[in-house]
Amino acid sequence: MFKVLLALMPGIAVYAWLFGGGVLITLVLATATALVTEALMLKLRHRPIQPFLSDYSAVITAWLLALAIPPLAPWWLIVVGTAFSIIIAKQLYGGLGYNPFNPAMVGYAVLLISFPVVMTKWPIALSMVETKLNFMDQFHYIFNQTLPANITIDAVTSATPLDYLKTQLKLNQSMEMIQSSPIFGVLGTQGSEYIALAYLAGGLFLWQQRVITWHLPTAFLGGIAVMASFFWAIDASQYANPMFHLFSGASMLGAFFILTDPVSGPTTPKAKLYFAAGAGIITYLIRVYGGYPDGVAFAVIFMNICVPLIDTYTQPRVFGHEK
Amino acid sequence: MNAPINIAGLLKKTKAVFRFNGGVHPPENKAQSTQRPIGQLALPEKLVLPLRQHIGNIPKIKVAIGDHVLKGQLIAEAEGTVSAAIHAPTSGTITAIADAVIPHPSGLSDRCITITPDGKDSWIERQPQDWRKDELAPLVKSLRLSGIVGLGGATFPTQIKLRSANTAIHTLVINAAECEPYITCDDMLMRERSEEIVLGIKVAKRLLDAENVIIGIEDNKPEAIKAMRMATENTDIQVKVVPTLYPSGDARRLVYLVLGQEVPHNKRSTEVGIQVFNVATVSALYRYFEFGEPALSRVVSMTGNVNQPQNFEVLFGTPLRHLIKAAGGAKRDTSHFIMGGPMMGFNLPSDDVPITKAANCIIAASPTLFEPPPPAMPCIRCARCADACPVSLQPQELYWFAKSDNFEKAQAYNLFDCIECGACSYVCPSDIPLVQYYRYAKSEMIALDKAKEAADIARERNEFRLARIEREKQERAAKHAARAQGAKTADSSEKTTAPNDKQAAIAAAIERAKAQKAAENTEPKNTTHLSNTTKAEIAAIDARRASVGLTETKMTTNEEKQAKITAAIASAKAQKTDANQAANETPIKNDTLAVDTEKQAKIEAAIARAKAAKAEATKPQDKGVQTKPSADAEKQAKIEAAIARAKAAKASALETKEQQAKED
Ligand code: SF4
Ligand code: SF4
Repeated sequence: MFKVLLALMPGIAVYAWLFGGGVLITLVLATATALVTEALMLKLRHRPIQPFLSDYSAVITAWLLALAIPPLAPWWLIVVGTAFSIIIAKQLYGGLGYNPFNPAMVGYAVLLISFPVVMTKWPIALSMVETKLNFMDQFHYIFNQTLPANITIDAVTSATPLDYLKTQLKLNQSMEMIQSSPIFGVLGTQGSEYIALAYLAGGLFLWQQRVITWHLPTAFLGGIAVMASFFWAIDASQYANPMFHLFSGASMLGAFFILTDPVSGPTTPKAKLYFAAGAGIITYLIRVYGGYPDGVAFAVIFMNICVPLIDTYTQPRVFGHEK
Repeated sequence: MNAPINIAGLLKKTKAVFRFNGGVHPPENKAQSTQRPIGQLALPEKLVLPLRQHIGNIPKIKVAIGDHVLKGQLIAEAEGTVSAAIHAPTSGTITAIADAVIPHPSGLSDRCITITPDGKDSWIERQPQDWRKDELAPLVKSLRLSGIVGLGGATFPTQIKLRSANTAIHTLVINAAECEPYITCDDMLMRERSEEIVLGIKVAKRLLDAENVIIGIEDNKPEAIKAMRMATENTDIQVKVVPTLYPSGDARRLVYLVLGQEVPHNKRSTEVGIQVFNVATVSALYRYFEFGEPALSRVVSMTGNVNQPQNFEVLFGTPLRHLIKAAGGAKRDTSHFIMGGPMMGFNLPSDDVPITKAANCIIAASPTLFEPPPPAMPCIRCARCADACPVSLQPQELYWFAKSDNFEKAQAYNLFDCIECGACSYVCPSDIPLVQYYRYAKSEMIALDKAKEAADIARERNEFRLARIEREKQERAAKHAARAQGAKTADSSEKTTAPNDKQAAIAAAIERAKAQKAAENTEPKNTTHLSNTTKAEIAAIDARRASVGLTETKMTTNEEKQAKITAAIASAKAQKTDANQAANETPIKNDTLAVDTEKQAKIEAAIARAKAAKAEATKPQDKGVQTKPSADAEKQAKIEAAIARAKAAKASALETKEQQAKED
């Protein structure tokens, strides 16, 4: 599992470079919370601590959650979310190998529902703002919610393009107008599209290392792309292009790092295709029609519920048996 | 049956191999033991020959302590259909017939014959046969005296695999894949004795009347491939190089690799016209016919943590210690010895055990060579095991079901198709000993089946009892009605009704008897697949049994007898299926799949037993059917055992009855 962490590093590096070191603080907080809560729970459940901590599964959960929430969110947000992921979504279900839902996504969903305002305040890429927050500024903001005197929080944060797109379309703005906003980039969101590219690179590394197979990412991105292309073809003035959807929000992170959680995912190759394609379609629908800015978390959780069913109906043919 | 023949005919021309799903590449560790030629051993001080060296019945001892025997002399003769003879590997004196530790996973002791060699190594008079010209039937029959069993490790008596089957054999596949790490005995045999192997193939080909022969060799044995290609030049024997991928030496996998044909899971390869032999077995066949030499020795790889890993020609019965010494002795840190390969082999109880017909390889193990596995972690459903499974099973699901004792589900997910190859455990990142769980589940299921059999008998008895009570009630009611009628009408009419009643009762009795006769005449299902010879044997035995009055069961209404019979039928059928299954099983798998085949046979037998029990349960009118024993007279003894079991069942049934009485 260490390779999964390794594969996330390029994405994190680009993240910190484009948006400042705040994300690193969040990652450290998440990691510490995950290790402490996991150890505590293992102790309470009378399980050996060392082998379970050294398999990195808790750290992966922590990192995924940290990368999914806004990096300037107050410190307690990530602590609460990670603790929830580990204690409720993982350990109370029986620990490693027994959790039916992706723990990081359960934590994310809980935070999104409980603290919707902080969860939708995303920083703007450093290159686009005049007064930049340095690492210490971000540090202070995360822990004390204080900013340097000359900066207001609204000057450095904004809604995500996915969110912005939805609200602006409701105001009958034209797609062209909306997309001319500086927060839109070439592919997706200004700045975070590069992070998405880095995730893609990390994902390909995992595939090359045979940590994951091609099924899940391909079907997930395929599901999103097909839906987006379809609606875009029908009415390009109301629906964003497929590229935008592939490189916005948590598409890439989801495809290579979130859906590929083996424990809560399906096992047969065919099941993987159905599972991921389903998640892709639901993600798109939530993005376009749902009340939340991004749909990956809910799509994954929903598809997790379906895993036993999908697995049952996609058993491969056994050697020497008729189909 | 035409389709496979055509397919095989087509494929004969292609060079392609057909990849099966999964498989793994464990480190080969074969180079160590191929540096030296096959070595000869000095005569050991004693030879300990276990009677149980093959699958099937224990052979009957033909010597007594103190007897002097010559090399090649029969000392135990095959008993029953599935059995193999044992010969004295050298001349000497029988010094003991007693229990001793044998190389078996259980680590238990079993009956062995000990010979103290006289050092002369003088042969008994040998009787070569002209296998090229002699009539087939006597040749095959004489194999019963050869003691030859499948030397790939399956140790299935070879004569049975050569008996004429119902389906004609169109293709003979020679298993030279030798896919398990460390084992090199077939490799060395092919390098050094390719001519002999080819002659052996010709023997098998003639005896089976097979059209095509394909030798399957893994591509990690270039020298053996070269030798076999040279030896098969100008013959119609085809050498097919298959990719090195464990477990390509499993018979079903190999057949698929070379022919592209999946043997259906519920059939033996012979049923689709394919027979599989191991290279060492065919070479033994040749030596038997050409020189009149029975099975006395085999090539064994002595490797691992010894100073000079090497292959040796080892007389059966040679103590392992003697072999270890010949290989330069075991190194200091040797912890134990493994028989077979590291994937499917088992730990030997000591270095005192004798080398048997099944011993293809002995590995000296040390903590450095075989690291103790780290503690198992929970399954993370990564499905790597499923990717590795050559049978395309879902090991992670099977593990889950086995762990939670959900046997029904395990069976639905085809647990019994698992060949226990260990590929899944090998790749599992959580280091779960998956195969152990499968073995556990299989043995539990077999035990449950047995228990169910007993319960079924009890239940049937109860159903029968209820039916009888119901019938008696109705009869009483009828009588009452008749009496009531009679009271109303005149005396004369009563006289007429009474005989009517009786007549009806008699008619009913006749009807019942007829039904019973009919039932008696219906053959039990599992006799339909028997070969003609077996059928004849069965008929003969039936006749014999009829003459001593065993066939008929007159006491159908007697409940206890009923239970006895049901049990006897079930167990006799099961035994027959067992023997039958064993008789036709194609056990030549790669060396280390030996244990597996035996298990498979047992498991199949268990399933058959369960099925038989079920059939009995669903067909209560078949009760009282004669017992059809299996093809051999010595099965009689087994039937006695079955009766004993039936008695036990009766006891438990009585208990049930008592309980019911209480509840009533
Ligand atoms: S390889 Fe091991 S951990 Fe992975 S699914 Fe199979 S049993 Fe579970
Ligand atoms: S041991 Fe059984 S389940 Fe495991 S890989 Fe082999 S056949 Fe498949």
